[in-house]
Amino acid sequence: MRSAATTTTEPLELERDHAHHLLREMLRIRRFEEKAAELYSLGKIRGFLHLYIGEEAVAVGAMQCLTPDDAIVATYRDHGQALARGLDAGSLMAEMFGKTSGCSRGRGGSMHFFAASQRFYGGYAIVAGGLPIAGGLALADSMQGRKRVTACFFGDGAVVEGEFHETLNLAALWRLPVLFLCENNLYAMGTAIERALARTDVAARAESYGVPAEAVDGMNVVAVEQAVRRAADAVRRGEGPHLVELKTYRFRAHSMADPDLYRTKEEIEQWKTRDPILLFIERLKTAELLDDAELERLERTVAAELDEAVAFAEAGSWEPVEDLTTDVYAEPAP
Amino acid sequence: MTATTYREAVRAGLREALTSDERVFLMGEDVGRYGGAFAVSMGLLEEFGPERVRDTPLCESAFVGAGIGAALAGMRPIVEVMTINFSLLALDQVVNNAATIRYMSGGQFEIPLVVRMATGGGRQLAAQHAHSLEAWYAHVPGIKSVAPATVGDARGMLLAALEDPNPVFIFEHATLYPLEGELDEAAAVDIERAAVRREGADVTLVTYGGSLWKCLEAAEQLAAEGVEAEVIDLRVLRPLDLDAVLASVARTHRAVIVDEGWRTGSLAGEVSAQIMERGFDSLDWPVQRVCSAEVPVPYPKHLEDAALPSVERDVATVRETLG
Repeated sequence: MRSAATTTTEPLELERDHAHHLLREMLRIRRFEEKAAELYSLGKIRGFLHLYIGEEAVAVGAMQCLTPDDAIVATYRDHGQALARGLDAGSLMAEMFGKTSGCSRGRGGSMHFFAASQRFYGGYAIVAGGLPIAGGLALADSMQGRKRVTACFFGDGAVVEGEFHETLNLAALWRLPVLFLCENNLYAMGTAIERALARTDVAARAESYGVPAEAVDGMNVVAVEQAVRRAADAVRRGEGPHLVELKTYRFRAHSMADPDLYRTKEEIEQWKTRDPILLFIERLKTAELLDDAELERLERTVAAELDEAVAFAEAGSWEPVEDLTTDVYAEPAP
Repeated sequence: MTATTYREAVRAGLREALTSDERVFLMGEDVGRYGGAFAVSMGLLEEFGPERVRDTPLCESAFVGAGIGAALAGMRPIVEVMTINFSLLALDQVVNNAATIRYMSGGQFEIPLVVRMATGGGRQLAAQHAHSLEAWYAHVPGIKSVAPATVGDARGMLLAALEDPNPVFIFEHATLYPLEGELDEAAAVDIERAAVRREGADVTLVTYGGSLWKCLEAAEQLAAEGVEAEVIDLRVLRPLDLDAVLASVARTHRAVIVDEGWRTGSLAGEVSAQIMERGFDSLDWPVQRVCSAEVPVPYPKHLEDAALPSVERDVATVRETLG
């Protein structure tokens, strides 16, 4: 059994508002995902649905370190990344319903959230396929002298793909402002990391390309934020690409189609004792940064937003079949 | 009009683009210090510097994908892939990203990317440098594919591709680089329509890329026998422009398609099907195809010659259609 990361016992040094913000963002993702699973069972959402439950601290912690000018490249498990980036929950729910009010006009579904206005360059469902794109976004910034960061999310499965190695090498060679964020949840679908990686230390792989890297407890939102901020600041200062390995765990199966036969119940239960949200709540209460009434208020706000999101998705319309072939190509300017 | 070569015409296009638009840059393996595997970009590094004439490591997927990303962020990248066989290493980025991002994002993005690569056989480079896989690219909606066969198109289609807001793949037949011709720098060139390269009333030869010149030579030989062949250069492989072909077949009633790709699943098959679907009543003879033999390209000259379409096979096939 692979063991959960060690529990953090350091005292919290957090502003109350920021602490509540982090908690609210994680709760938004958790409740959104629970609702998505329910709507999937009802047939409102179809196709593949990959839930982020258990990994909320990763997206939320990381996103605190990015500005609206920075770019995001996400994965097919993109709900958490999109919500934390600030994409409207209704537009995400509508996307999964396949409605034109969705963030990708219903064309992409759960795995392919896009939002040009928020520089959210999409969820990529070919593992490691987003890395070269991130390299190119960063190359454009670098050539145009813009002090922006491109944050590129990918999982542990990606680090054995050629595109990971090609892009890390290229980014290091050209000192591209890419922040590589490896969500290491220990499984590439059903294949455990030690069955896939001859050397399981992702950060060490990055170092071998001259990309400074740090591994961090991905179940601890504060630790994630601190580590990603160190890396993001260095990238922004022009110190070239950096990688943060976020050690995390998904509590749900790979997708709704996965019977989850490749790991033990005990392992999952052990990791659930490290639930990033419950742990954070506990720490906030201990530090007297949160009380029950405040938590209840947060939950109510989150629930209200979610109700609105579902109503928005329900109210949306389907793209007319006559529009099937629009946007295969962009029209040249006249 | 200036006397030039195909290679120099591509270089002229690159130079014009780099000069007129600072968002344009060229990247690929050995495009800079080496001058390009086919010497196309010779001298451009000295002229425009290493930022804009950018040597890449050998990582087709990463640098083609970086081209997509840079285009998404407002640049006008020209990516050179050394040969079409090597481009297979980047097919994930081409098919899964370049061709899909606009559609699956609901039209939020443009990808003004140009990818150039050498294609085709005839230089005894055997089975990993000489294939014609343009049909694979032309199969994919979301990207455009073009095959400049003349000196004018070598320069002009590159510039037109850069004006296009979509990913455009340019296939340059490797035997064409030394081709000499007259370049009219004032001529506007489109990437939409097929072109009639020789007029004739008896049979229509449909082709593209390196095979154009074999077809024109075949037409000369046929003319000596009193057979006037019309030669149509498809130029654009997606979206295919069949109007010129159908108009020609309506007059000649016979069509022979010459395509250096393998016959099975070829562009020639697509053109043939469209003639059948849209011009069946015009035909006096079944549409014929001259394609590459269904073998990996062999090394020895006599076998390679036998594998690729040739003037002799073009002429013989036309004779058959005349009954």
